[in-house]
Amino acid sequence: MTRYVMVADLRRCIGCQTCTAACKQANATPPGVQWRRVLDLEVGEYPAVRRVFVPTGCQHCSDPPCEWVCPTTATRRRPDGIVQILYNLCIGCAACAVACPYEARYKVEKREYAFGHEPTADEALRADDAVIGVATKCTFCADTIDAGVARGLTPGEHPEATPACVNLCISGALAFGDIDDSESRVSKLLRENKHFRMHEEQGTNPGFYYLWDRDPS
Amino acid sequence: MTAILDGAPRLQRNWDSRAACNFIGGGAGTGLLLASAAALPAGSNYFPSALLAVALIGFGLSMVWLEIGRPFRALNVFFHPQTSWMTREALLSVPLFALAGIAILADQRLVPLPFQARVPVAGLASAAAAVGLAFMFCQARMLRASRGVPAWREPALQAVIIATGIAEGLGLLLVVSLFVAPPPAWVAPAAIAALVARAIAWEYYRQRLQTWAPAAAVAALHRISLPLQLVGHLLPAALLGAAIIAPVSQLPTAVAGLAVFATGAWLKLTVVTRAGFTQGFTIPFVPSRGRNPAETTRWPPQITQPGR
Repeated sequence: MTRYVMVADLRRCIGCQTCTAACKQANATPPGVQWRRVLDLEVGEYPAVRRVFVPTGCQHCSDPPCEWVCPTTATRRRPDGIVQILYNLCIGCAACAVACPYEARYKVEKREYAFGHEPTADEALRADDAVIGVATKCTFCADTIDAGVARGLTPGEHPEATPACVNLCISGALAFGDIDDSESRVSKLLRENKHFRMHEEQGTNPGFYYLWDRDPS
Repeated sequence: MTAILDGAPRLQRNWDSRAACNFIGGGAGTGLLLASAAALPAGSNYFPSALLAVALIGFGLSMVWLEIGRPFRALNVFFHPQTSWMTREALLSVPLFALAGIAILADQRLVPLPFQARVPVAGLASAAAAVGLAFMFCQARMLRASRGVPAWREPALQAVIIATGIAEGLGLLLVVSLFVAPPPAWVAPAAIAALVARAIAWEYYRQRLQTWAPAAAVAALHRISLPLQLVGHLLPAALLGAAIIAPVSQLPTAVAGLAVFATGAWLKLTVVTRAGFTQGFTIPFVPSRGRNPAETTRWPPQITQPGR
């Protein structure tokens, strides 16, 4: 079996938002929509306060509440663990958006452009009416993964088969790969480091891990 | 450990007052359908109250239709009965409208003559009420399934939604009765019982949330709690109690019924549009960036403030 997951090393993330920009460029998301966000958290209480950058987005849960509530079956989990939305089925009821504990879903009612009412050349070229009025979210760049795998490449190892945010992360904080492959980079990182997942108490079994310290064992 | 700035809970904007209208119309409508069916054996006039019930449910569903992003694909809502409470609600709406519609037509003797004697109005009305109750339950479960919003996923909200729907239905039956015929004698005591149930369910729900929900959500509910208890529970219960003891006029009971319905609608509107805060983001561990990893186990570090 294959389950693709993402790993974010919180020790390395510097909050540069390059992953966010890479995602927006790769997926042509409209203003206000950030499939890959970087939270700027202030943790603790004065004077013991620290600033932590936390990349987040769809956690591609193995028990995704968004899939359970979706009345149309537009949201479904692929065999490789990627949670996808079939835009042609989605009715835009937003039940998935309120079911997601990670605030990962967006719904845009009309076309919006980054600079006023006129689209830039890129926006005009890449505008897609299929994503208007429906739920959207991070896809783990599934098209890139599928194309890469079809060419015999390994997601997480070869950039041509790896999500854009991971490819462009300048500090090497993001990693991607198959957690069921014990030799994959993500498996090694999880073995060698202490890690947690966001809102684990929700029982969604998210596919997004955060490293925070070395594991001496 | 607290997380602020980006990680703070924020008011969800995906479901607005149109979605709230579905819970308002659906809950009150199915409650009224139930009350109307229960009042039928006592000779109550089924037609006006059932028609209002169906109109309320239809209004709620229409508002949802206006809210969805792709209204012309609305029939796709029927595709996922295995796990989606929204699909189940939509599926139940079909027999609900059919049964209530036929019951209304039969009650008015608008079905073709050969069938008039064979159509059991009371049976149809009871079936419509049962389906309506299931419809109301689906609505309650839709909120519980919204795992991203603590104030909605709290299981105690289900009791609030169901108690409110039943109380609103009885309240609206009292309002409708003002214009047609006096309601059966059991309606006022039943409405008081429903009000007590709603008041208890509401307080229990708020208490449950206080321990773990975002403070803003708790505050939003707290703001309406006193007026709700006074105008939504105490006042109508007093009016109904007085009407039971000294049944002089139907007006006080109608006013009580209207107060129950209006405050129920207000409650649901508040829960959906004002208390719908996300849970935000928190991290259980702080990264050991830039420090000896061994130090991370001693978070927070002991920092001595100058002058102390």
